[in-house]
Amino acid sequence: MNKPLKILVLAKQVPDTRNVGKDAMKEDGTINRAALPAIFNPEDLNALEQALRLKDSIPGSTVEILTMGPTRAAEIVREGLFRGTDGGYVLSDRKFAGSDTLATSYALSCAVKTINPDVIIAGRQAIDGDTAQVGPQVAEKMNWPQVTYAEEIVSCEDNVLTIVRRLEHGIETVTCPMPAVVTVNGSAAECRPRHAKLLMKYKHAMSKTEVAELENDTYKELREQRPYLVINELTAADVPADENELGLLGSPTKVKKIDNVVFQAKEAKRLSSSLEDIDSLMQELISNHTLG
Amino acid sequence: MANFFLDNKDLQYQLRHPLMRKIVELKERGFEDKDKFDYAPVNFEDAMENYEKVLEIVGGICGDVLAPNAESVDHEGPHVVDDHVIYAEGTQRNHQALIDAGVYGIALPRQYGGLNFPMVPYVMTCDLISRADAGFANIWGLQDCAETLNEFASEEQKQEFLTQIQYGKTCAMDLTEPDAGSDLQKVMLRATWDEEKGTWLLNGVKRFITNGDGDISLVLARSEDGTSDGRGLSMFVYDRKHMAVKVRRIENKLGIKGSPTCELVFTNAPAQLVGARKMGLIKYVMSLMNSARLGIGAQSAGVCEAAYREALKYAHEREQFGHPIIEFPAMYEMLTNMKAKVYATRALLYETTRFVDVYKAYAHISNDRKLTPEEKDEMKQYQKLADGYTPLLKLMSSEYSNSLAYDSLQIHGGSGFMKDYPIERIYRDARITTIYEGTSQLQVVAAIKAVTTGLFAAQMQEYEKNAPKAEMQHLMDTLIQMREQYQQAVEAVQALNDGKLLDFHARRLVEMAGHIIMGHLLLHQASEVDEYAISAETYIKEGKTLNTARWEYIRDFKPEHINMFEYIKGEFTE
Repeated sequence: MNKPLKILVLAKQVPDTRNVGKDAMKEDGTINRAALPAIFNPEDLNALEQALRLKDSIPGSTVEILTMGPTRAAEIVREGLFRGTDGGYVLSDRKFAGSDTLATSYALSCAVKTINPDVIIAGRQAIDGDTAQVGPQVAEKMNWPQVTYAEEIVSCEDNVLTIVRRLEHGIETVTCPMPAVVTVNGSAAECRPRHAKLLMKYKHAMSKTEVAELENDTYKELREQRPYLVINELTAADVPADENELGLLGSPTKVKKIDNVVFQAKEAKRLSSSLEDIDSLMQELISNHTLG
Repeated sequence: MANFFLDNKDLQYQLRHPLMRKIVELKERGFEDKDKFDYAPVNFEDAMENYEKVLEIVGGICGDVLAPNAESVDHEGPHVVDDHVIYAEGTQRNHQALIDAGVYGIALPRQYGGLNFPMVPYVMTCDLISRADAGFANIWGLQDCAETLNEFASEEQKQEFLTQIQYGKTCAMDLTEPDAGSDLQKVMLRATWDEEKGTWLLNGVKRFITNGDGDISLVLARSEDGTSDGRGLSMFVYDRKHMAVKVRRIENKLGIKGSPTCELVFTNAPAQLVGARKMGLIKYVMSLMNSARLGIGAQSAGVCEAAYREALKYAHEREQFGHPIIEFPAMYEMLTNMKAKVYATRALLYETTRFVDVYKAYAHISNDRKLTPEEKDEMKQYQKLADGYTPLLKLMSSEYSNSLAYDSLQIHGGSGFMKDYPIERIYRDARITTIYEGTSQLQVVAAIKAVTTGLFAAQMQEYEKNAPKAEMQHLMDTLIQMREQYQQAVEAVQALNDGKLLDFHARRLVEMAGHIIMGHLLLHQASEVDEYAISAETYIKEGKTLNTARWEYIRDFKPEHINMFEYIKGEFTE
């Protein structure tokens, strides 16, 4: 018998870089977040699905989301609730502004210590930074084992996870004792859709800061009666974290220069559908080891 | 990443109709469920937000799952393996996505695991799904059977069957037989009471049964030995778990190929009687057919939307003579008229659905308490309107879906005739809508009553009380003239005092009413939202011409002219 797991998903609200317009970058080379719609980082959705499946397989388990960002990052926690999580935390503080991956993983690891989960599941990387560093760095800071490029958490027996990893040249199945950090690949199963009943149940869930920003709070009474409609917030002081390791202060990464790289596909070849052309293409692909 | 709800302003407009307040309040009965179910709304705005958000979920699944699967589903279709149906792989994925989203049972009460949505948002899901895959809309839309159970079954039966719907158990309505199509009085499938087993047993054959291997089947059967008409028929509910019904074959159809159309053999299939004996056809099937016809209205609206969008897209992309073809008058005229028909179809669809919503909500309330005399009158009025509008909707919308599919394919030219574009499938899918759940000809038979009793004319006069925007007064004047012309035509036919001649002219009269009613609905919408202005103008202009042609035909028709048409009865061919 497995004991119920406390599963924590690290998720990030990111600008939708898949749909980039002219004004996507600011003069200083940083992303103009105002110009891009904010979305749930795609691979974090893959991670969420793995977390929810693990929860489904072990009765009594819970899934919570931890997200670091501004007030509106509460949307990520809400989105999780609509898809089957049990709650979550918005880690938000002005002191986090300008964090690179090191400062981010430090802040997150402080929060993880407060939350104390059995396992952390995160997306491989976020589409705004593409570093794939935060998950592994959190594991290092927690001194927990990590499994990256996970495609499927196959089972959980006696506190050991069995995980299929998607690597460049094939797949690998590994086992890993908990607590652990698992980062999930985009090739993993897509996240389940929002569930109609959960959406209706949780649509008024808000963090206290969000509520404070409302002009008039129509559902005040409802939130008082139903504590699950309050989304937890954590500040640097709540976790607690050393201010010197946060934000710009704690970030050794400095952007020096940004270059625009324009791909130019010049080496296009035109082949007919004749057998000779197909034959020569096959031979070329075999000789340069694209095939075989 | 397409969302068929968010990209459809017309649907969003229809959802915000003022009558929704009344509908929601009747449906939620003082929002009493809010303390029993954590997902129940606490007030009107809360309920409306629920509908919007859930329609957004369904719209997303339509855009991201159903529509991309439609081609493979059409190609692969369902199969029979060991006497049972296996859906096409895409159909299975569509079904699973909607189960995962928790939207099955959308219109059922919460006590059975449903979402307790009114008909309007439910019909919108049918509209959305049909735009993505008209064949799949049947599997989804057969939830209507659950609504019939909810209306007429016992509490034990509701607990047993309705609670399964939320997990994606599908339904079927088994009415048609080889010798009983439009004429259901001829149903032969036998129901006999087995004293020993303490159950009814069904034996016989059903044909053309959509989703015939569904989990829960409503079966029309002859329970009264020695009878031969509709009064010997009762309604039964059969659970697939008994495995006593075999699928003999699936029809190879022109369109809606993803929806399995089955021939079924019942062999001592245990079933429960629903409601009262002998009321099967007279009461329950009539109710079932009315909701099914509304469903075809929604299916037709979805097909119209899909056909129009494909045409618009292609007309911009395709260049000939150095210009995108949309720049040629023949093309933009067609597209403008198509767009007006899309809006007109949806306007009539949701007007009808609102009427159904109000009277059904009252009917449910009347099961729990006595209605006040005012409520009773209101229920009767809405029921009359619903009964008149439903066949009108089924007729007009299904004919429009075919005309739009035809025009859309025409705009595609030779490419549209090939399997390379979705319009080829849409064109085939549209074809059934004027046939099943009662052919267009039978819708005319059902709708003519609202012509002869004056129900349609009275409702037109009701619409005439809505003052339009000042600059649209000329359209209202036209509609009033059209109503007078229509009444003249009705009187002319009635003056002939001959049932056969009334039947002969019936379609002309019903269509005249349709053009006027849909014109009024568009004019009202145009007075509120500019987007509808051109469609109202072009639709009413066209309707006026069409009605004048019908009126002149009726005016110039002499009773003896019928002989020219009867002559054909004596002709035969090898």
